[in-house]
Amino acid sequence: MSEALARWLEGLPPPWPAVLPAVLAALAVFLPLILAVAFLTLAERKVIGWIQSRIGPNRVGPRGLLQPFADVIKLLLKEVIVPVRADRPLYLAAPVLVLVPAFAVWAVVPVSAGGAAAAPDAGLLYLLAVAALGIYGVILAGWAANSKYALLGAMRAAAQMIAYEVALGFALVGVLMAAGSLNLSRIVEAQAGGPWCWYLWPMAPLAVVAFLSGVMETNRAPFDVAEGESEIVAGFHVEYSGIAFALFFLAEYANMILVSLLNALLFMGGWRSPFEGVPAAWLEWPLLGAVLDHGAHWLYLKTALLLFAFLWFRATFPRYRYDQIMRLGWKVFLPLTLLWLPLIAAAVWWRLPPWFD
Amino acid sequence: MHIPAVLFYALAALALVTALGAVGTRHPVHAVLYLAACLVASAGLWLLLEAEFLALVLVLVYVGAVVVLFLFVVMMLDVDAAALRRGFVRHLPLAVLGAALVAWPLLRGVGPWRLDAALWPAPPARGDAYSDTLALAQALFGEHLLAFELAGVLLLVAIVAAIALARHRRRDVKRQDPAAQAAVRPAERLRLLRDLGGERRR
Repeated sequence: MSEALARWLEGLPPPWPAVLPAVLAALAVFLPLILAVAFLTLAERKVIGWIQSRIGPNRVGPRGLLQPFADVIKLLLKEVIVPVRADRPLYLAAPVLVLVPAFAVWAVVPVSAGGAAAAPDAGLLYLLAVAALGIYGVILAGWAANSKYALLGAMRAAAQMIAYEVALGFALVGVLMAAGSLNLSRIVEAQAGGPWCWYLWPMAPLAVVAFLSGVMETNRAPFDVAEGESEIVAGFHVEYSGIAFALFFLAEYANMILVSLLNALLFMGGWRSPFEGVPAAWLEWPLLGAVLDHGAHWLYLKTALLLFAFLWFRATFPRYRYDQIMRLGWKVFLPLTLLWLPLIAAAVWWRLPPWFD
Repeated sequence: MHIPAVLFYALAALALVTALGAVGTRHPVHAVLYLAACLVASAGLWLLLEAEFLALVLVLVYVGAVVVLFLFVVMMLDVDAAALRRGFVRHLPLAVLGAALVAWPLLRGVGPWRLDAALWPAPPARGDAYSDTLALAQALFGEHLLAFELAGVLLLVAIVAAIALARHRRRDVKRQDPAAQAAVRPAERLRLLRDLGGERRR
């Protein structure tokens, strides 16, 4: 099959043999991601509904399963309104500037051993760098709309994202020191040896800081001051409608999935099975063997757990006030990571088993 | 079609156009955006030179943080363009002199006659095993450790100085202290004088 595909590729005119595989790889990442985002929105409404003793959407399709498609069609058909005093080119570019980084980061995300569109040496750095670009779309959306609520939301989003990128960066330094690599696959392989070898245990404070910083970076409750509906209506995207609004939505949920997946990769052993070390004969069992073995399904399960935490937070906690968020970032998270890093460094220096040997 | 060459010319053209835009546009917010785009294009050029760590750090630090702060400040400013342009003609000679003083060493250093391809042979391709992150780390933390630490201390002093300068508290303004608020316990705030019956207390 793959040989026939390779031969067919060779037969194409010049630029295509080089370009087409990349396009196909991009599609292989893009389409599942879009579907995951669609059903994450449904899962969010269902989970929060159940937490609040409601039913959640159950009208469209069996058990409401087609609800995301109904939402997409509705948003696609709505008119995109551009405020008269808006900076029109920037106003229309902002949703794209949010969406492009949110999807471009997925190029280096591995879902199983060798299962990434690209595996550069500095994969984690690429991920951080591209994710940091998303802030431009948010700021521009807020500024270009020429609306005071939108501007307030954008200012809050900018301050928050910068505050948390620092804590997040320091939290990840611990992982880098332990794994000795910026390559995501190598970081996962460094956690080989069963669930006790995951970095979650020696770096618990860093893992908590990294995950909560991710919640803040994605502007999710309880840190969603950038769009806090009870204070500034909908924050930076208050003026957007129809598909332009849907793009912000899409990017936010794609980023949620990314943050969860990244934490699963860095702290929870990624695609490595928690049943590592079972007798090799067990892995020969039909079906159950494949489940017990390493594989993308473990990564997806861990990601789903963390995503559930996102929804759980939203249903549980009241929104943080702006100054509380700033205090938490600069006065709690940052010192915590700075205190923990020397401990990790010492552990790496003395090759403390089972994590750092 | 040679793909790296196509990428090089596309990125170089983008860098030039956005650099011109950054100095040419009249709108401060647009200028900052052009600057960000120019930095991204430069990072792309560095990637073509196999300097992936530098390229990514350029995007992460400059585009992702420094220029965002510029944008943050510029958005808050209410720029009066007319006031800015007042005295343009009167200050023109001084401005030309300043520009010439900057341009002269720049041209001496990287002028057209320094760009002959014969002067700069292409570096050997490094192959997949080469990691510029590792090479850079070995240079920074091995060979140049002292200089690196000195630069770090210098930056720390600058940060402390900046905070000391920016930090001034007005005493006549009431403010909230989130730390004190978070530490509040119900027992300090609520005293139950009489059991109101019915409800079982903890």
